[in-house]
Amino acid sequence: MSDTVDKERGESGPASDALTKTPDAAATGDGAAVDPRLLVREQGFAGYLTDFKRRLKGGELGSLPVVLGLIIIAVIFQSLNENFLSAGSVSDIGVYIAGTGIMATGIVFVLLLGEIDLSVGSVAGVGAAVWAVLSVTNGVNDWLAVVIAIGSGLAIGTLHGFFFARVGVPAFVVTLAGFLGWSGLQIWLMGSEGSINTPEGSVVEDLTGYYFEDIAAAYGLALVAVLAYGAALLTDAKRRRAARLPFRPVSEIVVRTAVVAVVAFVAAYVLNQSRGLPLALVLFLAVLVLADFVVRRTTYGRQIFAVGGNAEAARRAGINVERVRITVFGIAGMLAAFGGLFIASLSGGATKSLGAGNTLMNVIAAAVIGGTSLFGGRGKIWSALLGILVIQSIQQGLNLLGMASEIQYMITGAVLLAAVVIDSVSRRTQKTAGRT
Amino acid sequence: MAKEAVLALRGISKRFGAVQALTDVDLEVRPGEVIALVGDNGAGKSTLVKTIAGVHPIDDGTIEWEGRAVAINRPHDAQDLGIATVYQDLALCDNLDVVANLFLGNEVRSAAVLDEIAMEKRAMELLDTLSIRIPSVRIPVASLSGGQRQVVAIARALIGDPKVVILDEPTAALGVEQTAQVLDLVERLRERGLAVILISHNMADVKAVADRVAVLRLGRNNGVFDVASTSNEEVIAAITGASDNAVTRRQARTATAGTDKEVAK
Repeated sequence: MSDTVDKERGESGPASDALTKTPDAAATGDGAAVDPRLLVREQGFAGYLTDFKRRLKGGELGSLPVVLGLIIIAVIFQSLNENFLSAGSVSDIGVYIAGTGIMATGIVFVLLLGEIDLSVGSVAGVGAAVWAVLSVTNGVNDWLAVVIAIGSGLAIGTLHGFFFARVGVPAFVVTLAGFLGWSGLQIWLMGSEGSINTPEGSVVEDLTGYYFEDIAAAYGLALVAVLAYGAALLTDAKRRRAARLPFRPVSEIVVRTAVVAVVAFVAAYVLNQSRGLPLALVLFLAVLVLADFVVRRTTYGRQIFAVGGNAEAARRAGINVERVRITVFGIAGMLAAFGGLFIASLSGGATKSLGAGNTLMNVIAAAVIGGTSLFGGRGKIWSALLGILVIQSIQQGLNLLGMASEIQYMITGAVLLAAVVIDSVSRRTQKTAGRT
Repeated sequence: MAKEAVLALRGISKRFGAVQALTDVDLEVRPGEVIALVGDNGAGKSTLVKTIAGVHPIDDGTIEWEGRAVAINRPHDAQDLGIATVYQDLALCDNLDVVANLFLGNEVRSAAVLDEIAMEKRAMELLDTLSIRIPSVRIPVASLSGGQRQVVAIARALIGDPKVVILDEPTAALGVEQTAQVLDLVERLRERGLAVILISHNMADVKAVADRVAVLRLGRNNGVFDVASTSNEEVIAAITGASDNAVTRRQARTATAGTDKEVAK
């Protein structure tokens, strides 16, 4: 076998391994110039639709099942109780999702690593207890107490990360120990008092108690969000065009921005019908935007995905795997403590049992229902928002119907199972379509 | 052979506990040359490569880079010198797309923010110059075929502009056409003036692309052959030790006796 034979075979070989998953691209690819194997997206809106259909067939459902689920939930509960979609009810959902939603954002980070953190409920309790003991019992400055509470969450999470990454104890066990240990610390901190009430006018009371009543606030935020989103897409498309790379057509940008605009302005309108824009929702959205930026646009975020996908490959690429793991657990702990303050604010104070019960399960369920994989390396920060919206909507609906909490548990459990089933089935479809 | 060696190993020894994995191994790698490293299982190929890549620091001997002695104690040292290694198990992140994999650990960024467009552009240019065909640079590596993954892994090694590329059995799990694609790529690396160390069990591949073949046997050098003027049988004999007969043993003995005498003087 001479090397010229090899060469010829390599270069003139037929496209025998044409990827079966791109029938659309192959059929519509414009002939000679484009290699049929290349998955070139047609420019224009038609190309966008073809691409969307291809993704659906390939099992890349993305956020579609959750969004559909939310619509179904809304329709069912609205038909059972006309107050479900009332301004007050929607506004309540917007406030209630903040605490668990922020905790779920931290869990998404951990899930992206392919790990689990079972301690977030207890850490939330410790965060609330630290704040209450410092601020209320010992008269420390309110803001300082909040910062120390969040800092203690960061320290606890970093400790978990240290035992997991440096010592090599499975994260499941480390955080299970944390789950028990930190709830012990929480009870010890609370001391003889069963609960410490949130004082009037404190920072923590405002977390879920403050509303921007001026209607300009909600509309303004919606406007800023829509403009920023549209502008970001446009500049990206412009830069890609200048670099002669495939770019989003203007029509797609218009459609995407329009969808975001409808959602944002409808939400703003409904919130303004009630008590205005809740501070809790603003803070939750700020956490989401920041976390999403970190995960998708920074080197650190890329490293999280790499470690979650293939830790050995990440290590060989020169990524400090230990540091990524420790910091991710630190972030989860920090957001758990922050979320704990919201829960304390909602329930009127820190208690010995804050964060116990089903808080942990709701948080993890939210991240998974939202579409973040339990197996690492795949997921979006926004899944925390979608997932917690599903869970909170169900709870809100069942509360309005006056259903007992045991029914709520069963239904939430069934929804979680359904979400994981959808995830597994779509993963199987993705495998047959050559994607994992 | 006029060019000076970019990388030269002199008298390398490596021991793992009671096992002497490498004994007094020499190897020279020149720019624009593909040198195949062959040998039976356990001959020490992988160990030798790992000493170059900095995974296992050497116990004895010297490593020369462009004529001066260097110490390679960590993978990072090797990368800094300009040695890129493509391991057999590829070490790609399946969940990341091609661009992200190419630049993993080497991202183009301003401050800590990724410059996706610059990376995508450079990735397309690199893949173009190597004539690598993949469906899209923005799909997860998991959806590529084995051969495509292999060429992505090799392309990934080139991001840091290395001078020496080590390929550990790049064609081991590939079909006929995919093997040919990888061999094409190896030739293109040579045309770009890179030195390539190719580990392979497949003599057909070695004959197809290598300029020289270095044979290891039981952790020792067992000859370096010029591919053009050597038959497969001779190389295979060196690998299996079929040439390890009375004649060669006697030659080896007299040779060592000669050097011993010189030392004695």
